[in-house]
Amino acid sequence: MSTTAVAVEKPQLRINRRLVTLVAIWMVLLAAPFWLPLVGGYTALAGRVLVFGLAAMGLNLLLGFTGVLSFGHAAYFGLGAYGAGLTLRYLVHSTPLAMIAGTLLGGLAGTLFGMLIVRRRGVYFAMCTIAFGQLWYYLAYSWNDFTGGFDGLRDFHREPIGFAPFTLDIMGNATSFYYFLLAIFAAAVTLMGLILRSPFGRTMLAIRENERRALFLGIPVARHIWMSFSISCFFTALAGTLYALLNNFADPLALHYSLSGYFVIMCVMGGMRTFWGPLLGAAVFVVLQDYISSMTVNWMSFIGTIFILVVLFFPRGLLGVLRRVSA
Amino acid sequence: MWQVVLFNVTNGLIIGAFYVLMALGLSLILNLSNVINFAHGNFLALGGYLAFTLSPALGYWGALLVSPLLTALLGVAVERLMIRRIYNRDPVYSLLLTFGLAFVLQDVARYIWGPNGLPMGLPDALAQPITESLFFITWYRIFMVTVVIVTVVGLFAFLRYSRIGLRIRAGTLDLETVATLGVNVRNLRTFNFAVGCLLAGLSGVLAAGQIGLNPNMGDDLLMPSFIAIIVGGVGSLIGTLCGGLLIGLAAALTTVFYPSASEAVIYAILMAVLLLRPRGLLGEEGMMS
Repeated sequence: MSTTAVAVEKPQLRINRRLVTLVAIWMVLLAAPFWLPLVGGYTALAGRVLVFGLAAMGLNLLLGFTGVLSFGHAAYFGLGAYGAGLTLRYLVHSTPLAMIAGTLLGGLAGTLFGMLIVRRRGVYFAMCTIAFGQLWYYLAYSWNDFTGGFDGLRDFHREPIGFAPFTLDIMGNATSFYYFLLAIFAAAVTLMGLILRSPFGRTMLAIRENERRALFLGIPVARHIWMSFSISCFFTALAGTLYALLNNFADPLALHYSLSGYFVIMCVMGGMRTFWGPLLGAAVFVVLQDYISSMTVNWMSFIGTIFILVVLFFPRGLLGVLRRVSA
Repeated sequence: MWQVVLFNVTNGLIIGAFYVLMALGLSLILNLSNVINFAHGNFLALGGYLAFTLSPALGYWGALLVSPLLTALLGVAVERLMIRRIYNRDPVYSLLLTFGLAFVLQDVARYIWGPNGLPMGLPDALAQPITESLFFITWYRIFMVTVVIVTVVGLFAFLRYSRIGLRIRAGTLDLETVATLGVNVRNLRTFNFAVGCLLAGLSGVLAAGQIGLNPNMGDDLLMPSFIAIIVGGVGSLIGTLCGGLLIGLAAALTTVFYPSASEAVIYAILMAVLLLRPRGLLGEEGMMS
C-alpha cells in the first residue's frame, strides 16, 4: 500500500486494518490444530503458546502499559499452577474450581506483596519482585511432602468439565483441550482489552508516560500501580493454572526467576508497547526453545544469545518495528 | 550444644562473608550504573574455574591473585561491548541483557570445564584444623574470613580516601553533576564494573576451596545477595555489608534449631524489612526511586 493512501484515508483505513488484524489473529488461533501439524508442530505446542502468551500479556499490562518492571512474575504463574494442582490433588476433582483456586492464590499473593513494594521504583522494584518470587520457589522446593519438592507435583490431572450428559472431554482429546484453552484465553484477553480502554487503563498509560505529571493531576499513582500489579498477577496466575492443566504437572521451575525472565523477553521480543506483542513473542520464544532444545544440549547459550541480541539490536520488538514502519 | 552453636555461627560468618563480597560487588554496580548484574554469580564461578585452571601453573597463591584480575578484565570487556550501550535505556533492558549473559556464561563454563563438580586443591597448611576440639575450624576458614575482611576494609578505604573512590561515591548520588565537573563517567563506570567483577572473582576462588566448583555455583549465592542489598538498604555499601552478615548469621542459627527453615528465614527477614523499614536498614529514603 502506498503512503499517500494512508495519509488521505487514515481513520477509515486504520479501523479496517485493526479489524483485519483481529480477524487474522483469531483465524490463525482457531485454525491452529489444523495447520500446525502441516508445518511440523503439534497441538500441545500451540497450547503452550497460548498459556505463555496469556502470562506475558498479563505481565505486559504492568510492564508495557504501566511502565513498571516486574522481574518476578513466574511466582504468580507458578502459584497459579500449584494452586490448581494442589486443589485437584487434595481437595476436589473439578477443573473450574481448581482454576479459580489457583488464580485466587497467585492473584492474592501478588496483591498483598504489591502493597509492600508499590512505592519502590525502577530496578529497586524489580529486585524486590525477583527476591520475593524466589521465596515461593524455595518453598515449593523444600516442602517435599506437600508439593513434591524438586520432582514437582504429580498425581493429578484435569477433569472433564460440566455435568453429564453435557460434559466436555478435555482430558484425552488434545484438540478439545486446545479449544478450551483458547476460550479461556479469549475471555481473558477481552477483559484485558476492556481494562485498557477504560479510564483506569488510560490512567495506567498516563503513569507510564509521565508519572510526575500524573501525580500533579491528582491521580493516586501508587494506588494505580498497585492495582495494575494486582490485575496483572491475576492474569498471570490464571495462565499458571492453565499450565498445570496442560501438563497435568506443576514443577518448581514454573516458579523460578528464569521463567520471569522468559516472560519479560516475550514481551520485549514481541513489542511491549503493543497489545498483541507478548503473544507473538511467546509464540516465537516457545517455538525457538522447543526447536533449539531438541537440537543441542547447549540451548542455554542460544537462549542467552537471543536475549542479548534482542536487547542490543531489536529493543522495540517485532510489532513495535512493524508499527513504526507502517506509521 | 555450645559446639553446635559455635559450628553454625562460624558457618554463618563464612556464608555471610561470601554474601558480603558478592553483594558489595553487585551493590557497587547497582549504585553507580543502575544495573542489576544477573551474571554476577557467573563471574564468581568463572573466577573459581580460572583459579582451578591456573593453580597448577601459578600455585594456589598465584591463582588467588591472578584469577580475580582476569575476571575483572572479562568484566571490562563485557561492560565495554554490551552493558555500556544500555545505560540510558529503560532498566528492563539491562536486566534482560545480564540475564542472557548469565545463561551464556554458565553454558560456557559447562562447556569448558564440564557439567560435574570439580574439587579445588588447597595448600596443605590451609587444610588443617586449628585444634582437635575445634575440628570444624580449618585454617582455610580463618584464612577466608581474613581475606574477606582485608578486602572489605581495603574497598571501603579505597572509596573513602582515593580520588576515584570519591568520584564513585559522588556518582552514586548524582552522576550528572559528576559528569558536568569534567569526570570521564564512561571510564568511571567501566572501572567500577571491573571492581565489582573483581570481588565476584575473588569470592569465586574462595568459595571453590570451601564448596568445590560447579557451573552454577554462583546461582545459590545470587538471590541471598539481592536480599542482602535490599535488607541493608539500596545505595548504602555499609548497609549491604550488614545485610550480608545478618542473613548469613540468621540462616546459620536457624540451621541449629530448624534446618529446613534456613532459606525461609532469609525471606522472612526480607519481608519484615520491606514491611517495617522499606528503605532498608541503612538506606536513605528516595534512593533509586
